[in-house]
Amino acid sequence: MKSEALRRFRRNKVAVASALVIIAFIVAAAFAPLLAPYGPLEQDLANNYAGPSLEHPLGTDDLGRDTLSRLFYGSRVSLGIAFTSVVIGVFVGAVLGLIAAYFGGIVDSVIMRVMDVMLALPGILLGIAIVVVLGNGVINTVIAVAIFSVPTFARLVRGSALAVLQLDYVMASRSIGASGLRIVLGHVVPNSLTPLIVQSTLQLGVAILIASGLSFLGLGVQPPNPEWGAMLSKGRELVRSTPVAAFAPGMAITILVLSFSLVGDGLRDALDPKLKHR
Amino acid sequence: MTKPLLEIQGLTASLATDTGTIYPVSDVSLHIDAGETLAVVGESGSGKSMLAFSIMRLLPRSARFEGGRIVWKDRDLLQTDAESLRRIRGNEIALVFQEAGSALNPVRTVGSQLMEPLRTHLGLSKKDARDRAVELLREVQIPDPETRVSNYPHEMSGGMKQRVLIAMAIACDPELVIADEPTTALDATLQAHILELLGRLKENRNLSLILITHDLSLVKDNADRVAVMYAGRLVEVGPSERILSSPGHPYTAGLWESLPKPRGSEPGKSKLHAMTGTVPHLSHLPPGCAFGDRCPERFDPCDQDVPTLQNVNGDPAHRTACYMNAAALDATTTSV
Repeated sequence: MKSEALRRFRRNKVAVASALVIIAFIVAAAFAPLLAPYGPLEQDLANNYAGPSLEHPLGTDDLGRDTLSRLFYGSRVSLGIAFTSVVIGVFVGAVLGLIAAYFGGIVDSVIMRVMDVMLALPGILLGIAIVVVLGNGVINTVIAVAIFSVPTFARLVRGSALAVLQLDYVMASRSIGASGLRIVLGHVVPNSLTPLIVQSTLQLGVAILIASGLSFLGLGVQPPNPEWGAMLSKGRELVRSTPVAAFAPGMAITILVLSFSLVGDGLRDALDPKLKHR
Repeated sequence: MTKPLLEIQGLTASLATDTGTIYPVSDVSLHIDAGETLAVVGESGSGKSMLAFSIMRLLPRSARFEGGRIVWKDRDLLQTDAESLRRIRGNEIALVFQEAGSALNPVRTVGSQLMEPLRTHLGLSKKDARDRAVELLREVQIPDPETRVSNYPHEMSGGMKQRVLIAMAIACDPELVIADEPTTALDATLQAHILELLGRLKENRNLSLILITHDLSLVKDNADRVAVMYAGRLVEVGPSERILSSPGHPYTAGLWESLPKPRGSEPGKSKLHAMTGTVPHLSHLPPGCAFGDRCPERFDPCDQDVPTLQNVNGDPAHRTACYMNAAALDATTTSV
């Protein structure tokens, strides 16, 4: 069954290409010190505001820092924030969703109404509110994006858990005396994995967007740390002299977010073929 | 008289629906003795499956127990806490599900699902549980159990899946097995095999069996006693041969007559008798006997009050809830 899904995914050329782009970014992040021609904070004041050249393929910024190198190092920050926050979001959201679905009644109502309130706020606004309360910095950005992701996953898991919980085999499992935890871990979680994988992939793109957005506004990762959103914000000031300083991080964000979206769509089609041929 | 294994007294369960509260199980009293097979018979919607789930305390969330007792080994299951209940389920009382296709988790091997009760109740190690699972599959006559144990449900036929469910039910040596229409989803030849298997397991393991079915023809060869349910109520209960030879309730008689019989076994009858009408919706029950509208024998008292179970000819083993039975009429007239 797994190989069947893989085969269907492979046939989707766009999704495969997007997956390769994501892998390229991950490689860039992992081997940034080896791939980047300069250090992220290395200044070359004699060569500031430089356009693309052989020494600086994507030019330099006002302090003469190499944009390409900062992009490489920035992908570490962006991907790191995205993966960490989505993992936290999946975990917390899944636990809340399972609790809501399993216990039902008032517990369900309280949890899900809180989630609804969070979903009612636009993502970036919620992120700003959280960062304002917690203060800025990498860790707090991760927390803000994670909190933002929680309601999406809570809803998703609750939905599929509710569907699974009323299936015959869950009843059968209860009839042989299985405990609640065993039912949840043995039946509900495995059956919720497919939508979770798809949603997590899509959410990674959203997380990058929110994290960059916060940094762009100066609320997330602080300079001089290389972060795409912060670089874009800085590049905005230089757009007349060195447009590539704004253009490069903007494209990086766009391409990566788009790739996550396309891979997510491809995964959904591959894992749930019924949806596509409807 | 020895104490029955399970005794249900005046059990009433309600279900909240869009059209109001209904009572799929209403004032049902029943008992089952050790080592006996009790068939619970009725059409769809008569409440027989709800009765089975009530015994296991597995009613849906919208259902509530309104009254009565379910006494299992000196303890009322309706008053038992969740943890003790969990230890009884599967270990002392087990349920065989109707739809083998949906009662097994499609993403897990049958072996891992069969090992679940063994590990929960008997605390077996993974390896021991697996060995036991293979033994159980052998006991329910699945060929090549060593390979089959790692099959996924979709790799098995319907009959085999039903056997797996039976294996799951008997895994922890329960004293009572409730089989909820175990053969409905299977074709006729498989049906006989499964019933034969249940019968043999019952003998070998000395268990009691509650066989829930809509098919009265299964009763003759497979059950010691029969309980007939209609619209949530028990309308007749008694020894199988008594009920089949001289049914005391027109509904039982109607069920029996509507079964196809071998040609020539009843001279002069070539057409299959069909009961008129359908089971009334539980939210629109008449004030009197629920079967009244379909009953060929209906007379005045039927529309007044719901008849109660009374002994037939003074025999406490055979009881019906019908005004045709003189005792029932006496019971109402004296109570007025």
